[in-house]
Amino acid sequence: MATTDTEIDRTNPPEVDGQVSNEAADSTFAEVENEDRALPAIEFQDVHLSFDGRKILDGLSFKVMKGECKIILGGSGGGKSTTIKLVLGLLKPDSGRIIVNGDDITDYSEAEMMHVRKRFGMIFQEGALFDSISVYDNVAYRLHEQGVPEDEVEQEVRRMLRFVNLEDAIDKMPAELSGGMRRRVGIARALVGGPEIVMFDEPTAGLDPPTARTICELAIKLRDLEDVSSIFVTHEMNNIEYITGEYAAVGDDGEVIFEAEGKNLCLINTKILMLRDGNIIFSGTDEQIKKTEDPYIKKFLRGR
Amino acid sequence: MNFAIRSLLEVQETSLLVAQAARRLFRRPSYITEMLAQMDVIGVGSLPIIFLTGFFTGGVLTLQTFPTLKSYGAQDQTGYLVALSLVRELGPVLTALMVTGRVGSAISAELGSMVVSQQIDAMRALGTDPVRKLVAPRLLALLLMMPLLTVTADVFGIIGGGTVATMLYGMAPETFVSSVRFGITSNDLIGGILKPLVFGLIIGSISCQKGLGTDGGTVGVGRSTTSAVVTASIVVIIADFFLAKALQVILDMPK
Repeated sequence: MATTDTEIDRTNPPEVDGQVSNEAADSTFAEVENEDRALPAIEFQDVHLSFDGRKILDGLSFKVMKGECKIILGGSGGGKSTTIKLVLGLLKPDSGRIIVNGDDITDYSEAEMMHVRKRFGMIFQEGALFDSISVYDNVAYRLHEQGVPEDEVEQEVRRMLRFVNLEDAIDKMPAELSGGMRRRVGIARALVGGPEIVMFDEPTAGLDPPTARTICELAIKLRDLEDVSSIFVTHEMNNIEYITGEYAAVGDDGEVIFEAEGKNLCLINTKILMLRDGNIIFSGTDEQIKKTEDPYIKKFLRGR
Repeated sequence: MNFAIRSLLEVQETSLLVAQAARRLFRRPSYITEMLAQMDVIGVGSLPIIFLTGFFTGGVLTLQTFPTLKSYGAQDQTGYLVALSLVRELGPVLTALMVTGRVGSAISAELGSMVVSQQIDAMRALGTDPVRKLVAPRLLALLLMMPLLTVTADVFGIIGGGTVATMLYGMAPETFVSSVRFGITSNDLIGGILKPLVFGLIIGSISCQKGLGTDGGTVGVGRSTTSAVVTASIVVIIADFFLAKALQVILDMPK
């Protein structure tokens, strides 16, 4: 049976324990405190979807608040990637509503969705780079489509490639890049234009641990330094450790540093949602998921 | 789903795709560079095979018809017969079949690979309409290039026929040329240009629809490419029959 966030909030204690965390939250959101943060960036209301008679999503309801990173966990075929495609309007639900920044996009036409998608960034499993054009043109794609002058395009492309640490690869073709580099280019391409909502579709699958770590750091930077709302689909446990356990800050020398949450600070802007056969079987924080007694979740977390 | 319903559904999807492409053709941003690139690939790139196909088809027509016409004492009409066969039928149909094999398969494979590697989804996620960016320029390029390629095939076919007639059968070049000039009417030429326009639409729409409808990974790309070539070839040949009949009626040609 599907559970909604509101129901879970009632059954589970609030994740934040004590005054310190609220202070931490205040400092994280200090720059944007005037914005209406009560409005969810993404909201699913009882979304159903089936393909050829097989249920993919069975009454999915959840919210992603502004500046929040929602990690969607689950085994293969559990409906994780489908959820992301629904947010982007690449698929349409059979029933239920999908609301983005307060606008109900469920019945939007493809032309209307094109405008909504301008506020999104999407990182695909294998990068999904356009392999007939160079890294530069891939990253510049959105700006070229909007007819931005070339010198501005180059500036922005270089800035984004620096963000993912790949400025050297600017003139290469996608076929010349390794798997991890392709995904980082994919991230740079998705982030051009400063999207408000970014979606990661298993961005670390099949990558070596240091590259996977780099990609998680990018997600943390987006969440903590750029105030981006995000959905991070994964089934790798170390991704969750990184994203739920660390935060990014700008150090004294201007460098970005990553620090582990400790006794003084508990990250409240990252939550976990676990799907199984199109239903939500868990929604809460990393601390809560580790304490759960559900045998399926325990097996999923520990591998046995 | 049985074959008839599946076919009807495919016809519906292909027609919808063409309608969408036509509606979005003139919206901004325009993809003129993309279209010119496609015209180069489809038109200039196909010239060598069209040249060879045309030349040798014309040659073999002369080879087969000259002895027969000679037995009736009508060998002076060889040029007329070769040119008429080429302009009315063989030029448009053979060009269409060659372009299907070369361009239709490439379009379907390219779009199919883009679908399975999520590039089409990425394009939509980045706010670009794949129908406008990928389908419309290819369709338009095919519509513009098919008549030009057909004319090329006709011309090289007549040259091939003339070469065989003069070199192998010792016919005077002037006799061949004048039988071509006085045999072909403007209605034959109009029909010979209208057909490839329709064939271009058939090849473009079927290969784009098959490519975008790809599923099932790399195996699916192979399947949709084969299906695009087979379907487009068959539809071209069937459409040719009905077009020939329609042109006979419309242009008031001898039935």
